[in-house]
Amino acid sequence: MKVNMIQALNQAMDLELQSNPDLVVYGEDVGKDGGVFRVTDGLQAKHGSHRVFDTPLAEAGIIGLGIGMAAYGLHPVAEVQFSGFMYPGLNQLISHASRIRNRSRGRFSCPLVVRTPCSGGVKAPEHHSESSEAYYIHTPGLKVVMPSTPTDAKGLLTSSMREKDPVIFLEPLRLYRAFKEEVPEEQYATPLGEAFIRQPGEDITLITWGTMTLACKEALETISQNEKWSIELIDLRTLSPIDWDIIHKSVRKTGRCVIAQEAPQTLGLASEVMARILENDLLSLEAPVRRVTGFDTIMPLLKNEEHFIPHADRIYAAIQDVMRF
Amino acid sequence: MPLTQIAQFGVNRLSILDENGKADEKLLPPLTPPQLIALYIHMLQLRIFDDKALKLQRQGRIGTYASSLGQEACTVGSAFALKNQDWTFPAFREHGVFFTRGVEMVKTLQYWGGDERGSDPGEGQNCFPVSIPVGSQPLHAVGCALGMKYKKRDAVAVGYMGDGGTSEGEFHEAMNAAGVFNAPVILICQNNQYAISVARKNQTAAQTLAQKAIAYGIEGLQVDGNDVLACYLATSIAREKAISGKGPTFLEFETYRIGDHTTADDSTRYRTKEEIAAWRAKDPIARFETFLLAKGILSPSLIDQIKQEAVAKVEKAVQAYETMPPQKIEDLFDHMYAITPKDLAEQKRAYVGFRQTHGKENQPDTIGPGFP
Ligand SMILES: Cc1ncc(C[n+]2csc(CCOP(=O)(O)OP(=O)(O)O)c2C)c(N)n1
Repeated sequence: MKVNMIQALNQAMDLELQSNPDLVVYGEDVGKDGGVFRVTDGLQAKHGSHRVFDTPLAEAGIIGLGIGMAAYGLHPVAEVQFSGFMYPGLNQLISHASRIRNRSRGRFSCPLVVRTPCSGGVKAPEHHSESSEAYYIHTPGLKVVMPSTPTDAKGLLTSSMREKDPVIFLEPLRLYRAFKEEVPEEQYATPLGEAFIRQPGEDITLITWGTMTLACKEALETISQNEKWSIELIDLRTLSPIDWDIIHKSVRKTGRCVIAQEAPQTLGLASEVMARILENDLLSLEAPVRRVTGFDTIMPLLKNEEHFIPHADRIYAAIQDVMRF
Repeated sequence: MPLTQIAQFGVNRLSILDENGKADEKLLPPLTPPQLIALYIHMLQLRIFDDKALKLQRQGRIGTYASSLGQEACTVGSAFALKNQDWTFPAFREHGVFFTRGVEMVKTLQYWGGDERGSDPGEGQNCFPVSIPVGSQPLHAVGCALGMKYKKRDAVAVGYMGDGGTSEGEFHEAMNAAGVFNAPVILICQNNQYAISVARKNQTAAQTLAQKAIAYGIEGLQVDGNDVLACYLATSIAREKAISGKGPTFLEFETYRIGDHTTADDSTRYRTKEEIAAWRAKDPIARFETFLLAKGILSPSLIDQIKQEAVAKVEKAVQAYETMPPQKIEDLFDHMYAITPKDLAEQKRAYVGFRQTHGKENQPDTIGPGFP
């Protein structure tokens, strides 16, 4: 059956609730309301309110409770309504969730999944559109995942729910209902830490993740009409740990690279990717690596967010620059 | 050692106008007829504004909007008790506070329409912009109040939040600090019974929200939030108390959100028609209107006139909003720092240049369905 990302995520949780009696799904509005985006729709009715439940409005509470439940042997899957509201919970994530294993010398662990919608492009109010993945990637001990298709969403969430360490699962809002695809009905797990080549190519490597995969595909379509370049599009899918092998292999083959991210420019993931390419692949490069990013500004309110989000035309222009260097 | 009781606490509730608009005359605040009419006008304007904003959202002319239908007494009553030198720190459902304090209506339309310029309250307005993160801003009110105390000003700071907001950690930090520092602050909770779909009883096991003050050693009071006179009086008394150095107050305004949480919400998933109807019967405007009519302060013809003027005022704001020239691209970069750093100035220059060469100087600003 063809499903969108919301339905795929719902299936992943439904199946995992069936097969893992220790799994619990909880957060603000996830129970009766099925989540404000309906990602948990129907799960409470099916699995009971002891396994799928609403919490008071408190992100530190949600994440902190999850740490305790996880330490005791449950597998908590928490929803934080928007990544813009993760910040009250950051203390719990950074000071505790990410460090339990290390602090207890491996005695205790924190297999907690925090799901939260991220990124912009849907004309939401303030704090509903930020791309904040860098905060999490910068925290050792956390795994960070961001799917860009329904198929990946289901498989990656299933893996996340079987992880032995805390996972931040970022769901790009714009992709929630952007398109449907055929998704296997059964349970399947897509390994974390493996990037995916969405389109193979020879002349230039285009690296991206999350919402930007759409803009990149749009840019590739325009380019294929106007130019003869063969472009390799890599979707990172897991942002921590990163699949460096796929990146180095591709850049060494093509000798050129553009990285597209929606987050602000400075110290975003694109900066790290660029640094690693310089460290490892410098002698393969035929042109400087370029980034296309959001600006070092606050994400504007809805009338102007389209200026902030890098669109296909900016990605195309960067590819042109690099190809014609 | 026998078990001994070492402390005992109680919670008071203030209500002046009953559901039929009959007042407890002993409690009536000393307001003049023009002041009473002003209160009525503010509430009616707010209701007409809310209604218009919902329509604009449905027509794609503004983005997601949070209605305050049914909660007019809380924001209007409390803000009416304040003076210019006082500061307010609102959540996102406090349009009535802005309007009552004199911030232009067009600002609220701009803000919810997705234009940052709506967040500037205007010269001399001590109104902090909307806080979308829930429960964060009460701390700012306490901090501001500390500033007032430090500078020995006759002013108070008021922080607003919802019932859901009282679950956030920062709410408790604000309450605690307010008590410890004896800050001239009023923290007001609009308890409208829901935080999106989560009912008040699932938000806290406490019998009242007002009693939360007890644990922090400050005074808490429950107020009938559908009674504008009670909201006004409670805030006035709290203000006097704060200014005379007697410390902070936490007010629970007990009310009800008649509409959906926002235009992105569907409250039929978690509320019954019967429940809404029961609260509609407690309408704050109808109740106050009955009271004013009985007192001879309002007349049916005056009500008509007030309504017409309110509609005209709202329409004028809508027109001002829709004829406003769009924000310039530069505006995205210009308010990040007092002096724009070189690198950011370069990002701005490059992007403005890029847009000029690639056309689409101002990209489409259509407004989608919006989100919670
Ligand atoms: C820190 C934070 N978490 C979550 C949200 C998403 N959210 C927006 S409004 C809301 C409910 C707020 O309820 P309440 O405080 O009772 O105020 P009300 O909306 O009822 O006026 C939630 C959960 C948010 N804005 N901020």
